[in-house]
Amino acid sequence: MNMLHTLRVALRALLRNKMRSFLTTLGMIIGVMAVIVAVAIGEGAKAKVEEAFAAMGSNLLIVMPGSTSTGGARGGSGSQPTLTWDDMRAISDEVPSVRYVAPVLRSQAQVMSEDQNWTTSIQGTSPEYFLIRSWGVARGATIQQSDIEAGAKVVVVGQTVVDKLFGANSDPIGQVVRIKNVPFQVIGVLTKKGQSAMGQDYDDAVYVPYTTFGAKVQGGLKNYLNGILYIGANSNTDTARAETQITNLLRDRHHVQGTEDDFFIRNLTELANSQQEGTKTMTTLLNVIAAVSLLVGGIGIMNIMLVSVTERTREIGLRMAVGAKPRNILMQFLVEAMTLSTLGGMLGLLLGVIGSRVLASSLGWATLVRPDIVVAAVAFSAIVGIGFGLYPAYKASRLDPIDALRYE
Amino acid sequence: MPSLISLADVRKVYKMGDVEVHALRGVSMTVEAGEFIAVMGSSGSGKSTLMNIVGCLDRPTLGEYLLDGREVSRMDRNALAEIRNRTLGFVFQSFNLLSRTSAVENVELPLLYQGVATKERVKRSVEALERVGLAQRLDHHPAQLSGGQQQRVAIARAIVGRPKVILADEPTGNLDSKTSVEVMALFQALGKEGITVVLVTHESDIADYAARVVVMRDGHVLSDKRQTPKDAALAVATMPSPDAEVSV
Repeated sequence: MNMLHTLRVALRALLRNKMRSFLTTLGMIIGVMAVIVAVAIGEGAKAKVEEAFAAMGSNLLIVMPGSTSTGGARGGSGSQPTLTWDDMRAISDEVPSVRYVAPVLRSQAQVMSEDQNWTTSIQGTSPEYFLIRSWGVARGATIQQSDIEAGAKVVVVGQTVVDKLFGANSDPIGQVVRIKNVPFQVIGVLTKKGQSAMGQDYDDAVYVPYTTFGAKVQGGLKNYLNGILYIGANSNTDTARAETQITNLLRDRHHVQGTEDDFFIRNLTELANSQQEGTKTMTTLLNVIAAVSLLVGGIGIMNIMLVSVTERTREIGLRMAVGAKPRNILMQFLVEAMTLSTLGGMLGLLLGVIGSRVLASSLGWATLVRPDIVVAAVAFSAIVGIGFGLYPAYKASRLDPIDALRYE
Repeated sequence: MPSLISLADVRKVYKMGDVEVHALRGVSMTVEAGEFIAVMGSSGSGKSTLMNIVGCLDRPTLGEYLLDGREVSRMDRNALAEIRNRTLGFVFQSFNLLSRTSAVENVELPLLYQGVATKERVKRSVEALERVGLAQRLDHHPAQLSGGQQQRVAIARAIVGRPKVILADEPTGNLDSKTSVEVMALFQALGKEGITVVLVTHESDIADYAARVVVMRDGHVLSDKRQTPKDAALAVATMPSPDAEVSV
């Protein structure tokens, strides 16, 4: 007896009781739908976190000056600049897993255009900064190496600052703004980056060459770097190695003895990973719920298959009388259970995808329907059908043909 | 040449709790190819048990059963299914057709388990239905057919696999007298084609159409007589009825 015919017989038997078949598959429908939506939410949350960290910078490490202790009194983080310009050059030259190093010197100050003013974050940095943060300009250019060397009075502004000083949709390239009464020429407008995960506006800042910053905005110490270092590692997998290598290098250079370093390194990739752990917990929870509903769906299928076997006892007897072997009967009911669960699975898949889309648009999330999950969901629903259909089908195949034919 | 059916001291004992029920207490008989034999007896006489054993639906507790030269009494379920499929055809009192399934699809059932290809299957099923006079009813469902027509679908199903023996268990039990005789005419015609028919009935006027009558009582063969059968086709012709549509 071929498979195609078995399938046809199964479909006909299921269509004979449309309502019953539908209600039976409902368990599978809900189960598979839950799986699809759960995974989509999980993936969406993951993508959201990844996006947030990518906005900060890819493969980013931040080196911050640490505390110094004087006579037992510890000054706290950043209480004293401990990083030197030589440290920066050493990291850049000596650490192989590091691609970019950029100093970030920060100050809060008022920026004035001809008729407006706006207090914002003034940051002195180098061209590498924009590479680390993969941040380009919407207009003009970013800070160049020549600007650093010349100590040029040029500024690259964020979109928010442009809006406040010049109005939206204006082109400020070439205009002059004053920072602490020093005129700076606007050479570039950065693309809009939006908010950080914490709600901080990335676009509310202006960037000047760090040499100019030291000379005109906030006088620093000659050898010490009065800010932090942004480090771009070679790759995502290199961040941990870069962290160790920089730690060793700086310890060596600062002659750190004991365990307390005078600097901090923040590994944002690690931070991102720990954030992902949170979303994993949520996904696991949703998956457990989905698994339970699949289990309930499977039990529903087993129940209805047992009813079906009882109802069709005479048919089973007749089929046996005309030559059906036990395995033919087993196959017939297994295929029927599998058809039921797989149809439920596919319907659940459809509803799950629709549900994910609806969720995506209402939450503003990029919920992702992964193709491997789609395949797994349908395959799993077929397995549930086989698993829970096995007992009723076995029961049918073991019937005695005489009793089955006589069954009323 | 050995007999088609050969039973030697066949016994069947059922255990009902602690009580042993002796349904067959040593039955020996042979049936030759092409015979039309009626098995009679009251209920509890063992005729149904005998029928089940001859039909390979059940196995004897003791004794030998040679069907078409093969010892079948110790075969397993799969082998028995194979024998039923290829050597035997069944006709039941309650027709046992699959509901909401067309006549052709009912008839092709044995071929399905033989693994006959679709085209050949349909061709042979249609031929079998034509043989029983239902060429016009191929796509009808059992609910759209009269009792006699349903039983003829069942007979078509029994002959489609080209069996050597047809086992009919009270085939006329649910039919009116005219239709019953029509069905008997069909069996007689099949007998002429060399198919052995074993018929279980408790109506003696139905047994009149068989060439041999075996009477059972208390698990024994009480009598085994040959007779000149009544011609069913002739009987149909003389019976008054508006719908004489069988041509055999």
